[in-house]
Order: sequence, then C-alpha cells, then structure tokens
Amino acid sequence: MEYGGAIGLGLLAGILARVLLLRSDYRQYPTYPHGYSTHLLMGVFAALAGAVAVPALLEKEWTAVTFFLLVAEQFRSIRGMERDSLKALEDSELVPRGTEYIENIARVFETRYYIVIVVSAATTMGAVKTSPLMGAVFGALAFMWGLVLTRVETVGETVEVRAAQVTVRGSDVWVEDIHISSVGLEKSRQFIEERAIGAILTPLNDEGRDTLASYGQRQAMLHDAAAVLGVRIDADSPEFAPQAKRDLKTGKVAVLIVPMDGDERLLLEVLRRTPVLESARGRTRFLRVGHLNPKIRARRNRLGGNDPEGDPGGGCR
Amino acid sequence: MEVTIQKAILAAVVDDPSKVSGVPTFVAKDDASRQNKALYLSRILQGAVHDLGDGVLIVVKH
Repeated sequence: MEYGGAIGLGLLAGILARVLLLRSDYRQYPTYPHGYSTHLLMGVFAALAGAVAVPALLEKEWTAVTFFLLVAEQFRSIRGMERDSLKALEDSELVPRGTEYIENIARVFETRYYIVIVVSAATTMGAVKTSPLMGAVFGALAFMWGLVLTRVETVGETVEVRAAQVTVRGSDVWVEDIHISSVGLEKSRQFIEERAIGAILTPLNDEGRDTLASYGQRQAMLHDAAAVLGVRIDADSPEFAPQAKRDLKTGKVAVLIVPMDGDERLLLEVLRRTPVLESARGRTRFLRVGHLNPKIRARRNRLGGNDPEGDPGGGCR
Repeated sequence: MEVTIQKAILAAVVDDPSKVSGVPTFVAKDDASRQNKALYLSRILQGAVHDLGDGVLIVVKH
C-alpha cells in the first residue's frame, strides 16, 4: 500500500469539497434530508474515483484508467436525477421554479461532482509527488479554481432593483406605470391594493437587459421571492400569483407579489440575490458585432435598445 | 399528471346575454350579483376573473 496515505488524503479532501459545496441555501437546494444523504454518498464515490485515478495513472494501469472514465460517465446522470426530482415537485409548487431554473440547478449539481473529482485527484497527485502538506495545498488550489470557474452572477450586479408603488385603477393593477393584469373581482382588487408589494427592475447595461428579458429568469426570481416571503395564493385564487411584467418601451420589469411577509427590503434583497441563469446571461458581451465597435454601439443605443426612457426602437411596436 | 385546459375562457358573467356567445354564460343584472357569481365561478374553476368592461366578466384559466 505505497499509495494508501495519498489516496486517503485525496478521498478526505474530495469529501470535504463536497460538504463545502452542499451549502444549505434557498437558491441552490431545498433542505431535503434525503437529498443531502444521496449527494454526500455520491460525493464519496466521486472523491474515491478522483483519488484512485492518480496512482493508477502513475503505475500505468490503463485498465484502471479506463474504468475511471466509465465512473466519470456515471456522474453525468446526476443532472438527470436532479432534473427529474425537481420536475416532479413542479406541479405541486404554488409558484413553480420553471424549467430553465431547474435545468440550471441540475447543471450546477453535475459540475460540483467534477470539481470534487479534480480536488481529490489534485490532492493525491500532490501527496504522491511531493508531501501530504503540498497535497492539501494542491487540493485547496483546485477547489478555489473550481469556485472561480463556477461563480454565479446575481441579478443585482447588472440590474437596479428598487421598491415601487402598487396601484389599482379601475380593474387594472399597475406597478408604477407598468401594467400587470386586469383583475375582475372587486374583493380581489381590494386585497391586492392592501397587501401587494412591488418592485421595479431597471437594466444597467446590455447584460441586464438580456437577463430581464428571459422569461425563465423572471420565473426564477418570482420563485425565490415566494420561497422567502411566502405568498397569499391558493389553487383557487390564481389572481394573486406573483407576476413579473416587462415594459416593452424601456426594458424595465415590474414585479408584483402578494406576500405573507410584507417586508419590502427583503423582497428587494431576494430579487438582487437571485442567481443569473446560464441561459439568461447577457449574450451581447459575447458578440463581437456592435459590442467592440463604438460606432455600432452608439447607433444601437440611439435605437432605444439600452436607453432607460427610450422609445421602443425600430418602430416595430 | 393532471391535464387542464389553459388560456381558455371557461365562463362569462354578463348583464346582457347578447354580448357573448360560444361560452357558458351566466346573466346577472346588477354589479354586486355579477361579482358574486364571478367569485364563485373563479373559485370553483380555479380560474382568474378579468373585467372586459361594459358589464362583461370572464373566467380564464392561466
């Protein structure tokens, strides 16, 4: 057992990485105890796979390396597992997560296992080649690399979020000057007027504009807000469902929620902290056209694409 | 999985039946009784009530 110590250290580092990545945060994973157990156990397998792979490589045990690739393939099923379990809950959620949010969560879970594998492999490699201490350093570096690589932006980074007045005019509900919906029942209108709170989200740049445009992103924000503040809604009162409507002239989004906890500051904070879904990340930064060329950029701004009070642009609406 | 009809007008509550056709219609002359009927219908059908103006309320499943 010449590699025993190194493998043990790698295994330990991998498990530690999994535990650290299993943060109990309302945005990442609801606190289902069985979910925790599953992921901890899977984390042990991932750590073991990573730790054993290094000595196998060093000893030129190619069969073992092939098996390692087979094991790594298994972790691809994690995404499907998370997706299935969250989708199964969707029907009974008062405010559903939406498919985009679920896909995002599932992808995050899959990636974490790859980080665990890399951390334990790096630790074992360090321990075998130099010393156990260096192994720990290698592992920590790999872990930090993983964190940097998977850093999640929040909505608040590209969007300004502020509180806004909810008003009922006639049968229509408005958040400032953005129309939310028409509510036909007088009692429901009174209920909304008394209890609803609202927010206006203004994009600060092109990325923010694209983020807010995503329907899935808006659903994710509503889900998070409802999860934290609670909602006054039941299956037979859909008119109180939280809503996020986009103002086509300015690209702003108005959020309306009838919460159990009417703390406005909490709503703003939740909206700011909602993770930006990968599918909703601003795409303009990746496009060379119009982004790097200041002339084209200026023309786009004139069209109203990014102007907070601008006209719709292009005369299409 | 539950299958429901969505984005469809499930029922209408009106003051004059000639204003709508093609959907189950309930007639109530005064505003209070229209509101009452619409409330019951929305809770029973789990739909939202929208006011089209001119004495026409519709129940829609979203």
